[in-house]
Amino acid sequence: MKRYSAFAIAREALRFHSGWERAWRNPEPKKKYDVIIVGAGGHGLATAYYLGRNFGITNVAVIEKGWLGGGNTGRNTTIIRSNYLQDPSAAIYEKARSLYENLSQDLNYNVMFSPRGVMMLAQTHHEIRGYQRTAHANALQGVTTEFISPQKVKELCPIINLDGPRYPVLGALWQPRGGTARHDAVAWGYARACSDMGMDIIQQCEVKAVRQNDGKVVGVDTTKGAIDGDKLGLVVAGHSGVLADMAGFRLPVESVALQALVSEPIKPCMDVVVMANTVHGYMSQSDKGEMVIGGGADGYNNYTQRGSFHHVEETVRALVETFPMISRLKMLRWWGGIVDMTGDRSPILSKTPLENCFINCGWGTGGFKAIPGSGWGMAELMAKGQSSLTEEFTMSRFKDGKFIDESVAAGVAH
Amino acid sequence: MLIFECPYCGVHAEESELSPGGEAHLKRFGPGSDDADFESYLFIRENPKGVHFERWRHSNGCGKWFHAARCTMTLEVFGTYVAQTFEPPQDLKEKITAKRPGWSWRDFS
Ligand SMILES: Cc1cc2nc3c(=O)[nH]c(=O)nc-3n(C[C@H](O)[C@H](O)[C@H](O)COP(=O)(O)OP(=O)(O)OC[C@H]3O[C@@H](n4cnc5c(N)ncnc54)[C@H](O)[C@@H]3O)c2cc1C
Ligand SMILES: [Zn+2]
Repeated sequence: MKRYSAFAIAREALRFHSGWERAWRNPEPKKKYDVIIVGAGGHGLATAYYLGRNFGITNVAVIEKGWLGGGNTGRNTTIIRSNYLQDPSAAIYEKARSLYENLSQDLNYNVMFSPRGVMMLAQTHHEIRGYQRTAHANALQGVTTEFISPQKVKELCPIINLDGPRYPVLGALWQPRGGTARHDAVAWGYARACSDMGMDIIQQCEVKAVRQNDGKVVGVDTTKGAIDGDKLGLVVAGHSGVLADMAGFRLPVESVALQALVSEPIKPCMDVVVMANTVHGYMSQSDKGEMVIGGGADGYNNYTQRGSFHHVEETVRALVETFPMISRLKMLRWWGGIVDMTGDRSPILSKTPLENCFINCGWGTGGFKAIPGSGWGMAELMAKGQSSLTEEFTMSRFKDGKFIDESVAAGVAH
Repeated sequence: MLIFECPYCGVHAEESELSPGGEAHLKRFGPGSDDADFESYLFIRENPKGVHFERWRHSNGCGKWFHAARCTMTLEVFGTYVAQTFEPPQDLKEKITAKRPGWSWRDFS
């Protein structure tokens, strides 16, 4: 693989950009792999990458039914933060956030990580208490956050209307090293690095069945034929229920639509990410100038990758209250993704009842931020059978009553 | 946008008039039941890509709970029926079979 660098740009500029190579190979599947990962979203690709980087396991296939990064990884609003309440969450999300800091250098691919700061508005007295509690928890966990006053909010984000008609801004939980990254680039960067290690990313190949023998996984049947594997990782977000069904177990997961929209590009007016969880709206400005907007998830099961109109209306209405200046903006694009929601709004990274079959799912509305940490932990779990990052995120926690409850803590978990 | 006919008041209600209530026909387990049953009642869900049965409430209308059969892949609504039953009515099951031959959902097909 030729490295990307300032020198490479200069070199290619002198020869009409004729020397750029393909970022990853497009191979046909081999007969057998040590590890098969289903799903080439960020989490699947990061799992493969750290299997190779940290454990030297490179005979790996990542199988994707569409194109890599075309699931939720390419559909999200890219908010990165790690100010969760519970210790296991803070550990895995902060691991991810800290890996994001150097990910571009690590992958030799610009993922455009922009730690511009994330602010979660407190708009009710309940939220003030909740976020102050989170700020204290974060201090103990070693995650840098701060509860800030409305005046500080206004300083950091002048376009906010502090005394909105329904919900005035009473303060905010501020994580200065949170921010955003380029979602496609995260998938592409991991894919390029995996391909460079000799791993096969097999796109346009749908897994149709999980083959097992004696309670152990032996491979998968795909639209490109049967592929054998010693270990299998299911990392398919909204389709986790479908894959679990193939593998013969049930999950505490439901798939629902979550939507986002972006406006026409405007001049820079906001250099932080703002989340307003009480009214279900959040917004940031992309480098191109578009306002990137997201809201709450629909309340019913859905696999269509589009959501309901009234939810978008609710989101936009709430944001217009908080940011009156956006009321005249035209929206350019609007889309949905299918997110996998668990009962405690925390993910599952776990062994399964089928031996050598592992699952990574349940990231719901907030897994983009977790991609590097999740891949790190999942790779360790698959290579060694256990990982300190994932040990609390078992699928059996729902039976044991050991929830990692982020739903009451965050309300929304983007 | 989903539109359901409320089996009680007969109104064709669109989504914003309704509240989703999750999976239908859950078997309830309470104190004294074993952990696996309690887990499956509280957390384990069907989550099918296709035919699904749910509870909905006509919250901004007559206020009553009812059942609905729907396809999660196309958002097609197959029909609605009253809340006081443990399984979908036969004619609705037949209607679904005509549209989705070979469907099954838990023990129903
Ligand atoms: C609108 C929206 C906004 C969001 N905003 C944020 C945010 O601001 N911050 C944040 O942290 N998170 C956010 N999220 C959540 C985040 O996008 C997801 O948690 C994360 O991208 C999940 O990554 P993944 O790799 O697990 O899944 P995906 O990227 O969905 O990848 C799973 C892949 O599996 C493939 N697949 C499925 N079935 C099969 C099969 N049978 N065979 C082969 N391949 C299969 C799919 O095609 C897909 O490419 C948002 C999500 C949405 C939808
Ligand atoms: Zn009614």
